Parts: sequence; C-alpha cells; structure tokens
Amino acid sequence: MALDRQTIEELALHLDGAEQQARAVAKITDAFPDMDWQDAYAIQDAIRELKQARGVRIAGLKMGLTSHAKMRQMGVVEPIHGFVTDYGAVADGGEIDTRGLIHPKVEAEIAFVTRRALRGPGCHVGTVLAATELVLPAVEVIDSRYENFRFDLKSVIADNTSSARYVLGGRPHSARGLDLKNLGVVMERNGRIVATASAAAVLGHPAQSVAMLANMLGARGREIPAGTLILTGGVTEAVAVEAGDNVNVRFQHLGSVSMRFV
Amino acid sequence: MQSTPIEQLSDELYRALKDNQPIAPLSERHPQLTLQQAYELQLNVLARRQRENGERVIGKKIGVTSQVVMEQLKVDQPDFGHLTSAMLRADGAAIAVADLIAPKAEGEIAFLLKEDLRGPGLTVADVLRATECVMPCIEIVDSRIRDWQIRIQDTVADNASSALFVLGDAAVDPRELELGLVGMTLELNGEIASTGAGAAALGHPANAVAWLANTLGGFGMALEAGEVILSGALSAMVPVKAGDNLRISLGGIGSASVRFT
Repeated sequence: MALDRQTIEELALHLDGAEQQARAVAKITDAFPDMDWQDAYAIQDAIRELKQARGVRIAGLKMGLTSHAKMRQMGVVEPIHGFVTDYGAVADGGEIDTRGLIHPKVEAEIAFVTRRALRGPGCHVGTVLAATELVLPAVEVIDSRYENFRFDLKSVIADNTSSARYVLGGRPHSARGLDLKNLGVVMERNGRIVATASAAAVLGHPAQSVAMLANMLGARGREIPAGTLILTGGVTEAVAVEAGDNVNVRFQHLGSVSMRFV
Repeated sequence: MQSTPIEQLSDELYRALKDNQPIAPLSERHPQLTLQQAYELQLNVLARRQRENGERVIGKKIGVTSQVVMEQLKVDQPDFGHLTSAMLRADGAAIAVADLIAPKAEGEIAFLLKEDLRGPGLTVADVLRATECVMPCIEIVDSRIRDWQIRIQDTVADNASSALFVLGDAAVDPRELELGLVGMTLELNGEIASTGAGAAALGHPANAVAWLANTLGGFGMALEAGEVILSGALSAMVPVKAGDNLRISLGGIGSASVRFT
C-alpha cells in the first residue's frame, strides 16, 4: 500500500461527502498518483464503515467493468466490485430525484440473490448457479463522483464503483431452466429504444460475474454470504438520464423494470 | 437533367458481383439516381442471375432496420433485397473470403413462411399467423460498392448489400417466443463481439416482416409461402476475414455458426 491510514480515511470522507452533497470532485489519483489497487479498495472499505456508522445498511454487492472489450481497453484482466446500500434502493416504477445525483446514467443488469455462501478461489458458473436462490431484473443508476465522468480504475474503485441507486423489479426466476447467456434486454428512454443486448455482454454469462466476485473476495479472505444481492454488471451501455426522463427496461423471461427521473 | 443509364449500371453491378471487383458509388456518379431506379437496378441484376446462372429466388432480406443505420443512411424506413438459391450456405459451412469483397457478418431472426403475405394493411398478427417457424440466421453482407461507401440508392441497387446467409440448428414456433426480447449473442473466435435483442429490428422482428409485406404490396407483389425472410440485424455487423470462426446464439431459438477460410 502506498497511502497511510490517515490519508485513506481523509479520502473516504472526501468521496462520501461528495456523494452526500451531490458535488463532483477531481479524480483522486490526480493528487495521489502512486496509490495502488489495495489503497483503492481500502478507501472503498473506509467509505462503507463511515456509512455503516451512520446507520446505513449494506444491501448487497455490485460488479463493474464486466465487459471483456472494456477490460481490454482499460488494460486489466479482472472486473471491479463495490457495494449497494439500503438508501440506494428505489421501488419498481418509482421516482428518482436527480437533485441528489451529479450526472446519473442507467444500465440494465441481471441481479442474483444467493442461497448459500460462495467462497473463492475456484468458483465457477456451476457453483454459482447451485448457490443461487433467484435472479431478477434490475436497473442500476450509476453516478461517478468525478467531474465529467473522467476517471481511472483506481479512482472508480475508491468511489465505490460509481454506485448510487438501483431498481429491482419484474419477475424473479430460478437461475435454472433459464438461458441466462442469451437472455435479451431492451432499454427504452421516453418510449424510444436506446439499447438492446443479451446478458452475454456480462463476462459471457452473468453467473461468471458472480464467480469472479467470489474469487476476487476469496483472494482477500472474504466470501459472499448466503442471502446476498449481487448486481452483476451492465448488460447494456450506460445511458445518461436527466429530470423528466422515463426509463423502461424489458427482460426476456423476467418482466420489466421502470423508473422516472424528476 | 441527366438521365440515368439503367442498362449500363445494371451491367456494372452484375459484373462487380461476378468478378468480385468493387465499383465506385453509383450515387456519386449519378446523383439524380432515385430509390425507385435503385430497385429497378436490383431487379435487373436479379433477373440476370436467374437467367444466366439458374439462381432461384428463395426469400427476401430486410435491411436498414435499426435506428442507428437509418440515421447513417439518412432514411426513415428499411430497405429490402432478394435471397437466391446461390446465397444459401449450410450451418457450420466454410466460406471462402476470396469469393467476397469486404464481408461482414450479423445475427438475425429468419422467418419461414407457411402462407402468402400480401400487403398492404398487414400487421404483426398476420405475420405470426403466416409463419411456419423462426430460425437463427447469420447473414454475411458484402458491398459491390468500393469500401462500403454507400448511400441508400447504392445499397438498394446492390441487392441490399446481401451476399450469403446461413440458417441455424433449430426451427421454433414463434408463438412460443416473445420475439422482441429474444437475446442474440455474436461470438467471433470465441469472444463476445456484440450482443443485441429482437427489438433492434424495427422494434420487433415481425414488425419488419409486416413492413416488407406492406411495401411489396404497394408494387403488387407478395411474400410467398415457403420463402425465408431475414428480418434485420440485431447488433452491429462485424468484419470477418479468413481464419475467423463466427457463432451466434438466440435465446429460446438456437444457434448457427460459420468459419471463414
């Protein structure tokens, strides 16, 4: 680690404050170019502790950078992960107040809920499907706390992978008997189709995203506990939204999820 | 105003196809070329393929079905081309890129019709009623116009840039599917190259087929029982070269693959 404990805690306060005040800040690697991956996750962990100390409940985990093409673009071989909170949850069909956000974008995702704990290394699609209680359709609202969405991966990890809001909805389904790889997703903004994709866009198969999360956490001596909600990463591109927008996403076999931005 | 030399351009297009030698954009040399004349060119070349090569028409393809491509070509509706017996390849086939100019591939849903569809006035319901089954399809498109420098008139004259097509390993009753939400995954050499869903084709693949039937109806033509209709690309097309393996899979339908040599 390149940063000392005090710096990590200060950066956590800085980023958590930026989120609470919906204020964009410069990416932190500008001031700390030497920070490493461990520092980045240590800052994210410190943000998690700050939130928990305020009474926030951690509602689940999320994966980011789950497209092979984007990983290659960024020169990495692993996705990144963060967490989602109780206050980030928005009911299906609900309103999202853009005043609490900086420059929100939406992406369609497949969410998993685990039935048993998953501990890497060695987790694969089979272990994940066997440990999955259900899958359900989701839309994640991401909101980088960095100016103009300009960032590098370490800054994003420290910023809890741009986690902001999420909407779960549609029709829950057992992970079995579902062709999750080729599951189609159609995103509409204000009635116009803005993205279509299949869930294979997420690391070839969304269960692979959960397996990689378990393996990345396992490398740090952690696990995915039973009953954990996991947002597995964007199936579609992230689409910018503003007040007045209606977003509706239809999922093959899983129903739809919608929300309004005000 | 300059008149368009229809016979000469038909001959150029036919030779470009035959000899694998691209030609300069027609729309550049003949800016007055209308869409109707472009279809006339398409039909002329088709007639010659039937006459001189014994090719038989076995279906149609719908192109320019996505919002993005419509915007690129500055049009507000799709186009169509003809599928002949010489364009069909088997699932898993080896395709020699030397026989093509600048091939690209895309994944689609193909409709096999069991009844004629005679527009105008047809809806998605008529299309579903007249459909025997839907199948996974890889369309290999190519342009006889140099470097794909196409305007809508160029691609229409060039049979909607069609070249070859492959039908996959399954035939499914469309009543079993929510076609707009069928996911499509295109893998090139084992890597996900692009993904999409049925709605990418004019909002719903059956809607694209209805558009074609209604458009042809305006010319007194029908889609016929037994014809295969390619309903439009579900994701961006990918360029292919010798040595490439390409596979598509469609949620709830099946898959298809080809290799390029």
